[in-house]
Amino acid sequence: MQKVNSMKKVLLYSKFERFWHWTQSMLIILLGLTGFEIHDTFRLFGYETSVRLHSAAAWAFLILIALAVFWLFVTEQWKNFVPTTKNIKAQVAYYISGIFRDAAHPTKKTKLSKLNPLQRIVYLVLIILVFPVQLLSGFLYMYYHYPANPIQLKSLEWVAIIHVAGAYLLVVFLIIHVYLISTGRTIFSNLKAMITGYDLVEEEKAK
Amino acid sequence: MKRIKTILISLLVVLILPGYVVYIIFNFYGSRIATRLPVETEFSADHISSTDHSEFEVLQGDFGTPNEVTEACLSCHTKRDEEIMATAHWTWERETAIPGRGAITIGKKNLLNNFCTGATGNNSSCMRCHIGYGWKDKSFDFEDPKNIDCLVCHDQTDTYFKKKGEAGYPATAENATAVYPAPDYNYVSQNVGLPRKENCGICHFYGGGGNNVKHGDLEEALLDCSFEVDVHMSSDSLDMSCIDCHKTEKHLISGKSYSVSSANVNRVTCEQCHSGSPHQDRILDEHYLRVACQTCHIPAYAKVNSTKVWWDWSSGGKLDDEGKPYYEPDADGNHNYLSAKGNFVWDDNIEPEYYWFNGTADHYLNSDTISEIPVKINTLFGNYQDSTAKIWPVKVHRGRQMYDTINNTIVHLKLAGKRKGEGAFWMDFDWDTAAYLGMKYNERPYSGEYGFVETEVYWPINHMVSPKSEALDCSDCHSRDGKLSSLNGFYLPGRDRSQAIEIIGIGLIILSLAAVVAHGFMRAVAASKKNYAKG
Repeated sequence: MQKVNSMKKVLLYSKFERFWHWTQSMLIILLGLTGFEIHDTFRLFGYETSVRLHSAAAWAFLILIALAVFWLFVTEQWKNFVPTTKNIKAQVAYYISGIFRDAAHPTKKTKLSKLNPLQRIVYLVLIILVFPVQLLSGFLYMYYHYPANPIQLKSLEWVAIIHVAGAYLLVVFLIIHVYLISTGRTIFSNLKAMITGYDLVEEEKAK
Repeated sequence: MKRIKTILISLLVVLILPGYVVYIIFNFYGSRIATRLPVETEFSADHISSTDHSEFEVLQGDFGTPNEVTEACLSCHTKRDEEIMATAHWTWERETAIPGRGAITIGKKNLLNNFCTGATGNNSSCMRCHIGYGWKDKSFDFEDPKNIDCLVCHDQTDTYFKKKGEAGYPATAENATAVYPAPDYNYVSQNVGLPRKENCGICHFYGGGGNNVKHGDLEEALLDCSFEVDVHMSSDSLDMSCIDCHKTEKHLISGKSYSVSSANVNRVTCEQCHSGSPHQDRILDEHYLRVACQTCHIPAYAKVNSTKVWWDWSSGGKLDDEGKPYYEPDADGNHNYLSAKGNFVWDDNIEPEYYWFNGTADHYLNSDTISEIPVKINTLFGNYQDSTAKIWPVKVHRGRQMYDTINNTIVHLKLAGKRKGEGAFWMDFDWDTAAYLGMKYNERPYSGEYGFVETEVYWPINHMVSPKSEALDCSDCHSRDGKLSSLNGFYLPGRDRSQAIEIIGIGLIILSLAAVVAHGFMRAVAASKKNYAKG
């Protein structure tokens, strides 16, 4: 009911950004389902199919990351992921109490600043730590040929344990991430924005 | 109109494109399993003899003894005796090297086994399977070509058999029976040819006192079996004979039994036809580095008839009320108890046990003392860290054997004998005398004090290769309680996990779910309160 009159519909997420996001989400879900089947957590596609899908999805993920890195730099969208301490307390306070009182979001979205400070940190950790560790351990897993070549490793054990640990972190991320979709302006506004690209942002800031 | 366009583009970007990327890459991987290289081999053509042996004059005359047949063979096939005499089929021993022990000469001649303890000293019975005539004791002349038995391997008539208890001789006119008639040497010798399954099988199927007793994967059913039992030897498919794989040159037949050989040379391998990358699939081919072909492709052995898996000598020697030896059959009609041999357990369709094996083996030597229980009659070398070792399917034959409690050694028993009162166990059922005689003949000390100790022998499985559809699935091993659950020292995806990471990971998932549910619930409560206040 409040301040709606001062809001304007803008294209927040470009086509590539949405393609990146949804491809990545499908790949991560696929990697998670197949990966945990390989881990014998449950049976789903069949072990062999899971292994093949997991390898295929890993390659797709690698290609997607290459495209995304290129895109992030040429469009300067990488700036969205630069961590900041500004507003961080307010953002935490919002999730802990403000949200229950229907308070306003402390961080305003703009085309070059779409993420709140918590998102910035979490996504940055994903991009520079979790994904690279998962990719590196994953490709070691794939191309590790026992104590011989091409990489000298005594055992698969540590590679596998790190990979599994990363997978659990991603599941935790996914749960919280999916829930936080509902904490936008309205319950579905964030989801709609990530699908159509458009969202309502406050007029003066959007300019 | 604009709205429809937005929806379509959104759908394309959100669902179709990402799905298509995954689909393309999965298909790329999938296509690699679609085609398969043909097996690169030429199957041995049916052998057509270049001569008609029935026209040879030397094979027309009267043969008083089988040794005279051998002389006749060698009168044309000169020098073949020298080839034969250089093989382990003749010597029953080889010079070999055992890691940690150095050069040594071992074989059936001097090794203990997990069945009838040892051949030497039981010659009349055991040496029936020697390719010679009359190795009844140590006086046997290994230099005399007339002692070679050509016919047992080259007979094509299925009428030539060595008689039980005659140290390799067939029946004579004097001792012929209905089961073992004296052979018609003219008929047999005029119809010789290349060894068939029947020839090899007469010893290699029936070793240990009956069909399939020892190997479990070599038995008479292979003479005429279905594709499911053995894809190579099945009469429904290739109908391959033993020597199609066990290539032979100058009478030296390739391949040897792991239970009596130590060095990893002169093996017969799947790769000699199938290559080391037969799957046309990277992931499956990679398994070849550490998993023997046999492991996945022989999911079960003893598929037709049972094999012995347990032999307890300690209960042997019991006699019935009349003081006579007796036997008890099990439900399948196999011997469960024999006074002469003790108790057995037979089994069929057995899942192999799995061990690391690098092709080399150790053996319990006559000079060894017991250092661990169960006593390993042979030891397969290899572990995960040994890059030449692979996971192999193995028949483990376990049992209880007599041992000298003072000298701490496994005992050679004198089992076979012709008459009562000479001390052979199968005649007199006296453990102490049988042990004394067996050990003396093998020139080993025997204290007179004895007991029984658990023993086991390891036989890697090579035959009874199943159709592709029966091969093991990934999850047979890659699962928590899979077939490799007892194989240690390496991380196996699907089987192994770090308990700490599992607890932390699942704990975090539960915590985050709880937090999300609680947070959402509180938001809902707050929202309804506000609506109520406004209401």
